[in-house]
Amino acid sequence: MTDLRDGPMRAPLPRRRLLAGAAALPFLPRPALAQAKRGGRLTVAADSEPPNLNPAIIASNGVFFVASKVIEPLAEADYRAKDGLAPRLATAWEGAADGRSLTFTLRQGVTWHDAKPFSSADVAFSALEVWKKHGNLGRAVFRELEAVETPDAHTAIFRFAVPTPAQLIRNALPALTAVVPKHLYEGTDIMRNPANQKLVGTGPFRFAEWRPGEYTRLVRNPTYWDQARPFLNEIVYRVLPDRAAAANALEAEEIQLAAFSAVPLADLDRIAKVPGMKVYSNGYEGLTYQLVVEINHRRKELSDVRVRRAIAHAIDRDFVVRAIFRGFAATSQGPVPKNDRVFHATDVAGYGFNPQRANALLDEAGYPRSEGGIRFRLRLLPAPFFNETRQFGDYLRQALAAVGIDATIVSNDTPAHLRAVYTDRAFDITVASPVYRGDPAISTTILFQSGLPAGVPFANQYGYENPEVDALIKQAAATIDDAERVRLYNAFQKQVTDDVALVNVAEFSFITVARDNVLNVSNNPRWAVSNWADTGFAV
Amino acid sequence: MAGRRPLALMRRRLIGVVPVFALVVLGAFALLESAPGDAVDAYLAGIGGGDAAQMAALRAEWGLDQGPLPRFLAYISALARLDLGWSTAFGRPVLDVVLARLPNTLLLMGLATGLALSLGSLLGIICGARPGSLQDRTLSLAAIALYAMPGFWLGLVLIVAFSVERRWLPSGGIETVASGLTGLDRAADIGRHLVLPVLSLGLVYMALYLRLMRDGMAELWAQDFVRAARARGMHGARLVLRHVARNALLPVVTMLGLQSAAMLGGSVVIESVFAIPGLGRLASEAVARRDTPLLLGVMLLSAMVVMLVNLLVDLAYAMLDPRVGSGTGG
Repeated sequence: MTDLRDGPMRAPLPRRRLLAGAAALPFLPRPALAQAKRGGRLTVAADSEPPNLNPAIIASNGVFFVASKVIEPLAEADYRAKDGLAPRLATAWEGAADGRSLTFTLRQGVTWHDAKPFSSADVAFSALEVWKKHGNLGRAVFRELEAVETPDAHTAIFRFAVPTPAQLIRNALPALTAVVPKHLYEGTDIMRNPANQKLVGTGPFRFAEWRPGEYTRLVRNPTYWDQARPFLNEIVYRVLPDRAAAANALEAEEIQLAAFSAVPLADLDRIAKVPGMKVYSNGYEGLTYQLVVEINHRRKELSDVRVRRAIAHAIDRDFVVRAIFRGFAATSQGPVPKNDRVFHATDVAGYGFNPQRANALLDEAGYPRSEGGIRFRLRLLPAPFFNETRQFGDYLRQALAAVGIDATIVSNDTPAHLRAVYTDRAFDITVASPVYRGDPAISTTILFQSGLPAGVPFANQYGYENPEVDALIKQAAATIDDAERVRLYNAFQKQVTDDVALVNVAEFSFITVARDNVLNVSNNPRWAVSNWADTGFAV
Repeated sequence: MAGRRPLALMRRRLIGVVPVFALVVLGAFALLESAPGDAVDAYLAGIGGGDAAQMAALRAEWGLDQGPLPRFLAYISALARLDLGWSTAFGRPVLDVVLARLPNTLLLMGLATGLALSLGSLLGIICGARPGSLQDRTLSLAAIALYAMPGFWLGLVLIVAFSVERRWLPSGGIETVASGLTGLDRAADIGRHLVLPVLSLGLVYMALYLRLMRDGMAELWAQDFVRAARARGMHGARLVLRHVARNALLPVVTMLGLQSAAMLGGSVVIESVFAIPGLGRLASEAVARRDTPLLLGVMLLSAMVVMLVNLLVDLAYAMLDPRVGSGTGG
């Protein structure tokens, strides 16, 4: 699957789950680790096959879905542990007071799948040569990483050229710190290394085979550092391109689990009633998708903040959550989702559903209704990534018509949509679904920062430019004090929401459907893209 | 002389291959060229973003930083060396990707065509033996109903009936995952997986052969040679099969050649519904990911298959009817 999901319709998470955010989770009752037996093959639905499976290069859910079982990060997201992180290849981390260095204590007794020992040299190589140079998101986060010192085989000290917030690096650990073996990558063309397809890692599962168009198969790593794990003998990712296929295959017991809402919402009611089937709406808190309206500020009408506010007031967010997401989402007013209790700002301007106010704002901005009640016309490009983005496009057209804006829907397939919006900027408004990845600096501030070259996707190609916002982003990126960083990002949220740089509408996530004899499913905030070492079949 | 005709036919066909291939390559290339967005856009959508320098490096690596003309010429010159290029969507040589899929598509098409042809002709003969009778009307109507059904819908119904409700047959895939089966056991496993897709694809096309056979036979009953045969006292199955059905077979064989192309198209949908890794699905993936070399590879291979089938049809035709095939007129 792709990060943007051009696959089947995705059903997101129920509202109560979204509201139970990461920071609230330590207070949840500790779920007992169910007793799974050793052995068995878990077959799961997959809807895409990334040609490059290296998670150190490509931080995407499609890659992680498979690769996270083979290649491990330094730490993984956790519902209960300190900072929301459970140790993986690193057992401890400590940031220096000046923000110029971060020391990782690495796990001992770890071996690569090809039996070579894992050491701090692998971490140093991965950080400097892979994350910093080739990581699609890592390049930004590790831009100022100057050196990695390895005083011994189990210590890696990251040195930064400028003060770097330890909080950001911590939040980036699960997604952006996959460690790859230096002995296979050193001195090679990293992007074309065969190990990008035939993964070699330290994880609980080893890569066995990829049959394009059919399946990818992983097998148990008998020398995993956690000797009690994994429980499963094999994981098979079966490629099921048809929308109805996952539900049918689950019912026929040919697969036992479908993550990332591979079972469409329309089939969910029926599937949930099948005996032996279990539906999970949690386990995705670490990868929240946001439904937003992107706005081209170069367009004369849309450069007026009153017009943008009018658009924000024209949308009935409750209706969108109820009708389009069928309750499996939460409404949104700003760029940081509610489930991030650390960064989410509650005091941002809210744009409630108010067509009268929208009409008044548009009149005030000098766009009266002319013949046919139309004020002006817009091109609306709904992203084809999800059923919900397309459906919301239809809703938005009606909602705008009600306030006198005539929007024409322009439908494109995925590459054409990317080209039109992020390179050619040939749009007035769009419907998009950016991902919030646990820290505003990872992939959220880029939606608001100005001065980016054309062609960078999922970024500010909107012509939005506010020097104050740029300054806040820059300042926060170099602020090492956690509380001060939070304060800066709160100010950032307030400013971009005041400006209506874009319109945040809803926050959504996915559903996992599994056979009830599959145990320890959805037990961490990035479960589908975590290592599944404790997942297994009931005794 | 008789032995030379097929050779001459093949020679003429081989010469005809060149312009057809040129058209296929040009058409497919132009098609993807005119679609907005390129392989890097598709790739970036899949990985969730990247920066400008990375994108430029990728475009350079995949040759997308050059204009359409240099890229087309480079492709043609590589093709002349029988190099089909590199698939960006799969990160593998195009030849490897398409050759891995070809057997599955050939198997699916071959079996579906076999089913459509044999069952269609058989039922057509039953109908055509007594045009206008109750059995003719019932069977014809049933066949038309099947023809009117979308293949994917028929496939889904079959899956629900035979894989979900009763677990008789697998709902998808070409064989059991990593089963370790070999030889006949493996063949049987693949066969089990192909039952439903072959039915979904074959039953839809069966109606065409039924109609052709039936209508051809209905006309033939009024022909002089049939009346003469009757006058000689011939009747029953011998008359139906020897004189009427055999002569009605020619249009059926013609249709076989034409149908092979249509069936390749139909297999796109069936391969998706049944998750069969075949050429049809590959073509749609190549378009969605703007993988031009892969699409061209699929198109070339498909064109080759269709032309081969038509060559075989022509050869069969020449055997069935001595008046055709010499190329010198009859």
